[in-house]
Amino acid sequence: MARKVVITGLGATTPIGGDVPTMWKNALKGVSGAHTLDDEWVAKYDLPVHFAARCSTPALDVLTRVEAKRMDPSTQFGVIAAREAWADAGITDIDHDRLAVAFATGIGGVWTLLDAWDTLKEKGPRRVLPMTVPMLMPNGVAAAVSLDLGARAGAHTPVSACASGTEALHLGLDLIRSGKADVVMCGGAEAAIHPMPLAAFSSMQALSRRNDDPEHASRPYDLDRDGFVMGEGAGALVLEAEEHALARGARIYGELAGTSVTADAYHITAPDPEGLGATRALKAAMFDGRIQAEDVVHVNAHATSTPVGDKPEYTALRAALGAHVDNVAVSATKSQMGHLLGASGAVEAVLTVLAVYERQAPLTINLENQDPEIPLDVVTSARTLPGGDIVALSNSFGFGGHNAVIAVRSV
Amino acid sequence: MASNEEILAGLAEIVNEETGLAADAVELDKSFTEDLDIDSISMMTIVVNAEEKFGVRIPDEEVKNLKTVGDAVNFIASAQA
Repeated sequence: MARKVVITGLGATTPIGGDVPTMWKNALKGVSGAHTLDDEWVAKYDLPVHFAARCSTPALDVLTRVEAKRMDPSTQFGVIAAREAWADAGITDIDHDRLAVAFATGIGGVWTLLDAWDTLKEKGPRRVLPMTVPMLMPNGVAAAVSLDLGARAGAHTPVSACASGTEALHLGLDLIRSGKADVVMCGGAEAAIHPMPLAAFSSMQALSRRNDDPEHASRPYDLDRDGFVMGEGAGALVLEAEEHALARGARIYGELAGTSVTADAYHITAPDPEGLGATRALKAAMFDGRIQAEDVVHVNAHATSTPVGDKPEYTALRAALGAHVDNVAVSATKSQMGHLLGASGAVEAVLTVLAVYERQAPLTINLENQDPEIPLDVVTSARTLPGGDIVALSNSFGFGGHNAVIAVRSV
Repeated sequence: MASNEEILAGLAEIVNEETGLAADAVELDKSFTEDLDIDSISMMTIVVNAEEKFGVRIPDEEVKNLKTVGDAVNFIASAQA
């Protein structure tokens, strides 16, 4: 019998709240974190997209100036979320050799990299600061979290584009089940609201161009969806072996019952139109958690609001859950906070855990004309989830054909 | 050309920016490593920022000789002369 793994701590900093209580309150209310960017570089580079969903609490309001100086903005968000999750878990006595980190990012230190490149071009190599490498490396966030917590059972950085945050939970579950750790700080962080990534995502037609109405730009499942909205932030979850949590009398939010990761091997960016890879991921996560379709009451969907992405996920959900999919309350929370790329899976995992724990599904906003090809039961107004034993799923898919799914069971 | 007092004040500002140490803790007889607990990466950051601020070049092989704040002030002053 595999070790049971539970979730005992949650943290987040997002466009709809700088901590978990604020994010959760807003997620149930239905707010938009997307706003027009007032940065000079939007006009300077004539960017085709003028808006994004920035973190509602700037990192420098939370960290000291000196702390922040040695961290890329993505790492700053990750450390903020991890500290909240750690405090929330309330672990006071731990063998640090049994504490691991699995903290993901999709892109890593893009601000640091490009700032250093600008410095090199403008001022020469002597002015490129010595902290540049440790700040730009993708494992910078996992390393910083490990350093912060004194986590010595390994610090890992799953990188699978927009599936990264969910894959971190997959890895965290494995680390505990296989006996390599008793507690794992899992999460994902991203800070890519920079002109280059905005230009690059625009160039591939992935971003919404609704410049005159940013708050309504992220509209998963709506017929008028035209792309995702770039977000930023971080989510963090403390995974703990059940016996470890019980021994210290911890508050348990839920069980991380099953996870899975698959690859489409179909196309570098386009999702498999039949959602075959996503279907396999859903089925594998359910198998891993010994979950029947009828157990599932809620799905936090990947649903980025792109014309091509939202439908294959529906196809996959129907293939994995069968007719029961019609009874499942589906939330597309990127409608509120945009797409946090490598952090999205972690933040959505926090929301999924809270949905199970609080028996409330977060809202999907901006759904005015639901795409008839995606007939899901989308949560657009306050929705209470059933009592008793329930399961919720959260999906994440990433460029490269990465599919990752987690299943959270009530305790 | 900055006076030694001006160089010390400028250096203290750079050290404060990098480490958070109070500027008035940065005194001439203080050792960067022993007294101010500045690691090698911070030291190089301070050097790079000092070069920019004072318009001088501090060669890498010279940095190990800058044991105290006073050493750095004297080096910058002579480099500016």
